Amino acid sequence: MTKFQSLQDAVAANLKDGDTAAFEGFTHLIPFAAAHEAIRQKRRDLTLVRMTPDVVYDQMVGMGLARKMIFSYAGNPGVGLLRRVRDAVEQGWPYGLELEEHSHAAMANAYEAGAAGLPCAVFRGYRGAELARVNANIKAVTCPFTGEQLAAVPAIRPDVTFIHASKADRKGNVLIEGIVGVQKEAVLAASRAVVTVEEVVDDLDAHPNMCVLPHWTVTSICVVPGGAHPSYTQGYYGRDNAYYLEWDKIAADRDRFLSWMQDHVLDRTPEAFDGRVSELRAEV
Amino acid sequence: MSEMAFTPDEMMTIAASRALKNDDVCFVGIGAPSAACNVARLTHAPDITLIYESGTIGTAPTVLPLSIGDGELCDTALTTVSVPEMFRYWLQGGRVSIGFLGAAQLDRFGNINTTVIGDYETPKTRLPGGGGAPEIASLSGEVYITMKQSQRGMVDTIDFYTSFGHGDGGDHRKRLGIDTKGPTMLITDLAIWKPDETTKEFTVVSIHPGVSREDIQASCGWTVKFADQPAQTSPPTELELSTLRDLKARTKAAHERSTPTHQDQK
Repeated sequence: MTKFQSLQDAVAANLKDGDTAAFEGFTHLIPFAAAHEAIRQKRRDLTLVRMTPDVVYDQMVGMGLARKMIFSYAGNPGVGLLRRVRDAVEQGWPYGLELEEHSHAAMANAYEAGAAGLPCAVFRGYRGAELARVNANIKAVTCPFTGEQLAAVPAIRPDVTFIHASKADRKGNVLIEGIVGVQKEAVLAASRAVVTVEEVVDDLDAHPNMCVLPHWTVTSICVVPGGAHPSYTQGYYGRDNAYYLEWDKIAADRDRFLSWMQDHVLDRTPEAFDGRVSELRAEV
Repeated sequence: MSEMAFTPDEMMTIAASRALKNDDVCFVGIGAPSAACNVARLTHAPDITLIYESGTIGTAPTVLPLSIGDGELCDTALTTVSVPEMFRYWLQGGRVSIGFLGAAQLDRFGNINTTVIGDYETPKTRLPGGGGAPEIASLSGEVYITMKQSQRGMVDTIDFYTSFGHGDGGDHRKRLGIDTKGPTMLITDLAIWKPDETTKEFTVVSIHPGVSREDIQASCGWTVKFADQPAQTSPPTELELSTLRDLKARTKAAHERSTPTHQDQK
């Protein structure tokens, strides 16, 4: 049964040092508030899984939470590279970072296999692609019916998945709207799931085919308005594109990065997110 | 010929937009392809289906997205599906006629590197990686590539095969069991290139206005092959140019509007 609790308590209870953790959200609904709480609680040695590590993993990697990253596109979307991730990979700062790199198709299939309780995902992929040479977790299988050679990757089964969603009802059923990404699969593939939401409502008012996670699939729900900022929540506030542009400069320098993280993450609480989206609310 | 002034960048985007047809189903890569696809939609191909990997099908954004998952794409789409569904049913299922990609590093056979400069384990520069591109390149009916020419970008040998084009040329795709056409067009800021029918090496088939053969060679890292009689690319029409410029202006205004709000109150 799902528990409504503070984000501090939910992270403390569900994210342990050494865990394999997915913070999912495909550009939309990225769970920044949950990631910042993990940073404040100083988790270490995590294997971080995410299709598009984005600024959220740049921050976590830069603050030393991760030992390994499983991913398929490590860029600042529309802006450039992830400078903290690069510093970890190229210079070992603050720690070295092991990479397991896939394509989007592989990651999406691997989450789906995890949700489906399968040991691996099979798909028509990686043909001619060199990732298959450098990633030992990309293998080939032969279709027993047609003889076609297909790619296989292990299912993703996180210890814990964090997502952000628009709303939950009072029972804890969760509605995800807009670009739904891989969140449903990432939650169903995980042992535990923590969902931050914009608000709790009496009735989700969802038509029968909408993306709803029943309350018994979710471990904890935390109400954190603005919790996806600088990503966005469809119908609540827009994406803070200027933040993404500015991040490129903040992350370019280790000292500037650390002092920014001190001011905007370490010295803050989840309640800070609400104020950060006030101007962006006007745009939707 | 028109007296209108235009930049090589604008010529590239407009030449790329002309390659798209009204009945195409186009999987759109981020960056330069996105501008070209939307200019096509706003000019000669109003019914084109644009798909972004975030799951938006039949999207018609009024401003260009900064990322492949901006809300604008979902707001204006016919429908938005999950990312696994996007890659399984729509791309792997064979529903995409054109994959439109950009490239950091490209070779003469249309192989693309967006992963690393240097060695994979100890890279000189770690690039973002493949994202959707490895499977867009192998599973779309055919692939268009657009990029600005430079010696650094168009190289003799790429450092990493992120997305497979024609491999070593000839029938290399077929030998790997890939039954789609692969790269059939390269649109740069200087020219339009198509693969030779037999060798699959990119060959200049059309030169943009005001560009010389020397310009094309000077910004390309391999020895350029020219078609017997390359055409001259028609300059942008007034409609094409105004459509592109309006789109860029709307985009700029929209992206600047969201001022940084993360400067927390002390």
